[in-house]
Amino acid sequence: MTATATPAPPGPQPRTEPAAPPLRKTPARKRLIPYWLLLPGILWLVVFFAAPLVYQASTSLQTGSLEDGFKVTWHLATYWDALAEYWPQFVRSVAYAAVATVLCLLLGYPLAYLIALKAGRWRNVLMILVIAPFFTSFLIRTLAWKTILADGGPVVGALNALHVLDVTSALGITEGHRVLATPLAVVCGLTYNFLPFMVLPLYTSLERIDPRLHEAAGDLYARPVTTFRRVTFPLSMPGVVAGTLLTFIPAAGDYINAELLGSTDQKMIGNVIQSQFLRVLDYPTAAALSFILMAAILAMVTLYIRKSGTEDLV
Amino acid sequence: MAATDTPAKDPAAAAAPAAAPAPAPAPRRTPGKGLRWLRRNLVTLAGLATLAYLILPNAVVMVFSFNKPNGRFNYQWTRFSTDAWTDPCGVADMCGSLALSLEIAVWATVGATALGTMIAFALARYRFRARASVNTLIFLPMAMPEVVMAASLATLFLNMGIQFGFWTILIAHIMFCLSFVVTAVKARVMSMDPRLEQAAQDLYATPVQTFLRITLPIAAPGIAAGALLSFALSFDDFIITNFNAGSTVTFPMFVWGSAQRGTPVQINVIGTAMFLVAVLCVLVGQLAGKRRKRS
Repeated sequence: MTATATPAPPGPQPRTEPAAPPLRKTPARKRLIPYWLLLPGILWLVVFFAAPLVYQASTSLQTGSLEDGFKVTWHLATYWDALAEYWPQFVRSVAYAAVATVLCLLLGYPLAYLIALKAGRWRNVLMILVIAPFFTSFLIRTLAWKTILADGGPVVGALNALHVLDVTSALGITEGHRVLATPLAVVCGLTYNFLPFMVLPLYTSLERIDPRLHEAAGDLYARPVTTFRRVTFPLSMPGVVAGTLLTFIPAAGDYINAELLGSTDQKMIGNVIQSQFLRVLDYPTAAALSFILMAAILAMVTLYIRKSGTEDLV
Repeated sequence: MAATDTPAKDPAAAAAPAAAPAPAPAPRRTPGKGLRWLRRNLVTLAGLATLAYLILPNAVVMVFSFNKPNGRFNYQWTRFSTDAWTDPCGVADMCGSLALSLEIAVWATVGATALGTMIAFALARYRFRARASVNTLIFLPMAMPEVVMAASLATLFLNMGIQFGFWTILIAHIMFCLSFVVTAVKARVMSMDPRLEQAAQDLYATPVQTFLRITLPIAAPGIAAGALLSFALSFDDFIITNFNAGSTVTFPMFVWGSAQRGTPVQINVIGTAMFLVAVLCVLVGQLAGKRRKRS
């Protein structure tokens, strides 16, 4: 395509331009500018992002072994076997990611609201405090949770003294008198890791709201709660939608929190893909699992964007 | 027990003993005031609590950089020591992996910023046929779990017989940073007043002059934001690197490995140092900005 496009502009252009300038609003050379600007980046994405996804789909239909090589045999049973064996991890991934997303929204909204509407001259300081943790590698920060939630540590001690852990054990989200290596620890880590991705879009959309709207609501005798429910929250919806997507998608595919803070009973689908690919070297199964994950997430995201009615996110 | 511990906080409990003799409004007003204060500042308190949740691990990392653990793992406080700070590269291979991560992050930033800025300008400034598909192609990498991109790209490299290492990591990093640069730059260029460029052209500036003296300076904050984001994303990336690195070890890969073998205190030193340097840079930038505004 590029080969045919390259010789075209210098050829006809000198002849047409002086002959009939009013007929052609923009010369061919100018019309091609956007394509030249797009070419290198788009080529990069096509070769290293889109093509691998297609290639992966074909890998998932292969059978064979590392020694004999893999061949496409349209072996759809790989999908069936993968789902049959690993459906608990799929369900767990979606459940953990959903809970973490809701927690992020509940925790992140007050913080974003505080920074955007109440902080005044402290706004920049608070903003720096939200972004600053990023500068320490997230793996190191996740390991720090091992210290914070350690069995003999103050957090677990306090939760035990308040009998919170008895309640959570009964609910099945912790085990015994510890937090580490339980679902609670993994969800806590996921929430922590993706919280800034919720706060930042929320802040952006809250900050954009005209402050006179709040005043107007107050002037019309709306109580603060009503103002929030009828004015502020609806206007922050783009931030809510973007924030939930930015937390849910990476959380569903994450395997770091489950590996570092969980036990074998908290493995998520990312852990399975990682071990199938890097340890078991069963590429067709890894490809099938990651294809299912991709399809599931794309379907959920599309549905969610349709439902929430903000399609101008892209 | 609750009544004896906290009589002031509970309005019912506070009102009960003072019901008959004392002047009635006084005790009622005190808890009311407290409650009202609490209600007015509820959002602030909740926000600050969330902020504490975000900062807590950094504080722990910082404190534990002064630890001298007994075993191989630095998860329990033993005693104060500055050993790790005086010998930050005392762990085999760690500073090498750090240098590699920085090198990859710099090149990934350069590549992604250049390619991404070009795409952003094309999308913001021109109308062309493939616009919708280009937008989708830019959006998809951001809406895709990293594991999926990582596994599929690694499958491609594997089947093409490409040796995993520096170049495969760099290719992958440019790929996933690209979309973020496009988004940052595009937003900035789109919000730009088109009349500024028209004015420049009215004043007989050539297209090149207009671009260099008007368009580029206005787009610069967006480009800088995209570049900073790329650097941070690339430097801290683990999942995609884990699949595409082969036996090459970047800093996050080193931390991951040490989580299995034993975590040296020096990891915390690096984490803390990066945090402090970044905060310092931001503060200096803020101060410089303020001074410029004043003068």
